[in-house]
Amino acid sequence: MDFGLIAQYLANGILLGTMYALVAVGFTLFFGVLDVVKFSHGDVLMLGTFIGFTAWLGLEAIGVTNPWIQLLGILLCSLGATALIGAAIAKWLVLPLKKAPQLNTLLITLMLGTAIREVVRLFYPNGSNPKAFPALLPNSAIEIGNFSLRADSVILVLAGLGLIGLLNLVINRTRLGLAIRAVAQDEETARIMGINYTLVVLATFALGSGVAAFAGIMNGLYYNEINFGMGLILGLIGFSAAIVGGLGNLYGAILGGFLFAGLQTVGAALLPFASAYKDVFAFAVVIALMAWKPTGLIPERSSDRV
Amino acid sequence: MEFNMRNKFHGIVLAATACAGLALATSAPAKETVQLGFLGPLTGGNSSVGLGGRNSAELAIRLRNDDPNSKYTYELDALDDECKPNVGVQVATKLATNRKVAGAVTHYCSAVAMGTVDVYHRFGLPATIWGAVLPDITYGNDYPEITRVNGTMINQNETAAKMMTGLGYKTFAIIHDTTDYGKGHFTYLSKYLGEDGAEVVGSFGVTSDQQDFTAELTQVKALNPDVVVFAGLTPGGVRVRQQMDKLGINAVFEGVSGIKSDAFFEGLGTDLAEGTMTFLEGAPAEKLPGGAFFLSEYEKAGYSTPPEAYGPFAFAAMNLLIDAVETVGPDRKAIVGYMGKVQDHQSITGPISFDDHGQNTVALITGYVAQDGKWVVWEDSDYAKGIRQLPAAK
Repeated sequence: MDFGLIAQYLANGILLGTMYALVAVGFTLFFGVLDVVKFSHGDVLMLGTFIGFTAWLGLEAIGVTNPWIQLLGILLCSLGATALIGAAIAKWLVLPLKKAPQLNTLLITLMLGTAIREVVRLFYPNGSNPKAFPALLPNSAIEIGNFSLRADSVILVLAGLGLIGLLNLVINRTRLGLAIRAVAQDEETARIMGINYTLVVLATFALGSGVAAFAGIMNGLYYNEINFGMGLILGLIGFSAAIVGGLGNLYGAILGGFLFAGLQTVGAALLPFASAYKDVFAFAVVIALMAWKPTGLIPERSSDRV
Repeated sequence: MEFNMRNKFHGIVLAATACAGLALATSAPAKETVQLGFLGPLTGGNSSVGLGGRNSAELAIRLRNDDPNSKYTYELDALDDECKPNVGVQVATKLATNRKVAGAVTHYCSAVAMGTVDVYHRFGLPATIWGAVLPDITYGNDYPEITRVNGTMINQNETAAKMMTGLGYKTFAIIHDTTDYGKGHFTYLSKYLGEDGAEVVGSFGVTSDQQDFTAELTQVKALNPDVVVFAGLTPGGVRVRQQMDKLGINAVFEGVSGIKSDAFFEGLGTDLAEGTMTFLEGAPAEKLPGGAFFLSEYEKAGYSTPPEAYGPFAFAAMNLLIDAVETVGPDRKAIVGYMGKVQDHQSITGPISFDDHGQNTVALITGYVAQDGKWVVWEDSDYAKGIRQLPAAK
């Protein structure tokens, strides 16, 4: 088989995998800390991406044209705003519903996600049309035979993996991370030990949402397009990836993200009757994996009533 | 004395009422209002075409209402089908079950039109297609209610194949969406390319809202075709062209009529869109028999969005429907009967003649190339004259 072709598929798969992993990480954090599935995650990241896009429009309007400064501005606005929105949803929607059955929270966040999507579609100027996201990264490419390695793909993957690494560092090496893990393991004991429960929950939601917003910006920078429905499929895939990797486990989310991307790529490349069915293939394999290992590939160390 | 005053007062009121009544009675009898429907994608990725069509249909109604010789006052009932078959069926049913609606001008998206033909037939609502090009919409059934003023993809792809092979291109890779629209284009284009001696080296089916085409395009790159064809609508076309560039594929990009819109340039920018080929039924508005009139009236009406590719057809379809109502009255059965006999009916797109399946026998297809951010008729373009070269030109 052509080495260049395989390399190209690998590169595509890694980029997709990084994006899915970033979204999956959010789902897994929220579940780990609060035992809640926040289905509005995908649409919140879409909102964050649109805020980033608006920030870019604003920067263009006031005359800032250096692409790196624009990129910095977009990232700051988008990640910051999404983190705040995530925390706000936690404070006013998820925390008050703590005593309710989990299904209610899932449904309510699902509805919230739909509401956010429709608000953007209806009230953002020309919201129902896809928007051309600027290509701010250098687009030089190295051609090795059939394989075209683009600078922007490399930058995006490195940045994405770096962010995941950073998140890992925060969770495992800082006091905040320790507090998050403590709350995830046993809420009552954590409170007794003096950890500010509300603050930890808000911080977790802010962190998870901010990270997902980066995935949205990555999506926008790579495909040069954002639309109001992008959160739907990203959220769905991120959720499936988090589940198949093991809900509640950070490494599981990353594994799940890359696994899903790998399945999609394999499906598109190897299935003879066309890539139209690659999603069917990927989800079918996920279902099979779930049947085999219901708690995910890397199960939570302490099993919880789910 | 009081009795007299009251009497007088009553008398004055009575007289005043009588005068008012007489005045009303002698004023001209108000024209009966007839409702006519319009369906198209008013939101979503194809909304620019849908809105252009709606504005054109509304223009037709407005101009006819301003005409003192018209027998009825017309009202537009425009509904959004979102280019989704399930939504289309819902709004079509809503329109068809409203007894006040005498007829409708329907659909740009072929997938939606295929879903709704049964609805219109069931309720006997005359429906004239203004933009959908799938042949089966008129040829796949025997419903007299369904008529179409624009051409079908059979003619479009025959001309496209002839033109592209005529320019010297031999190998084609076709990416098509898996709706009836994309599959239909793929079937006919492959057939005619084969007849003209070209080879389809690969074909890929994709979902109509697919975001990521890198897997398909990686395979396309390995096949190294002269031309990459996209059979689908503008949002997908924008994405495919963009990702072709990311993977460094150097081939001519050709799209079917679904990408011929201004939104194509808005999504891609002038540079990436440059040199894209596409084909469309009929001819650009300026070259149509009634094109200049249509464009000037559209401009005067001050719509915020352009008529796009199918605006003139929507205008012609609505005018045809209005002519039907003027001739036989706002009765659905009578209008269907009228439509069955339409031959050489004058319109801005040329004479309309329906065959036994309600299809307008228009064989005019025009090729376009994207030049400097605009769609230019091929024969008029710098490419045809040799001043510019298409990528991978032979």
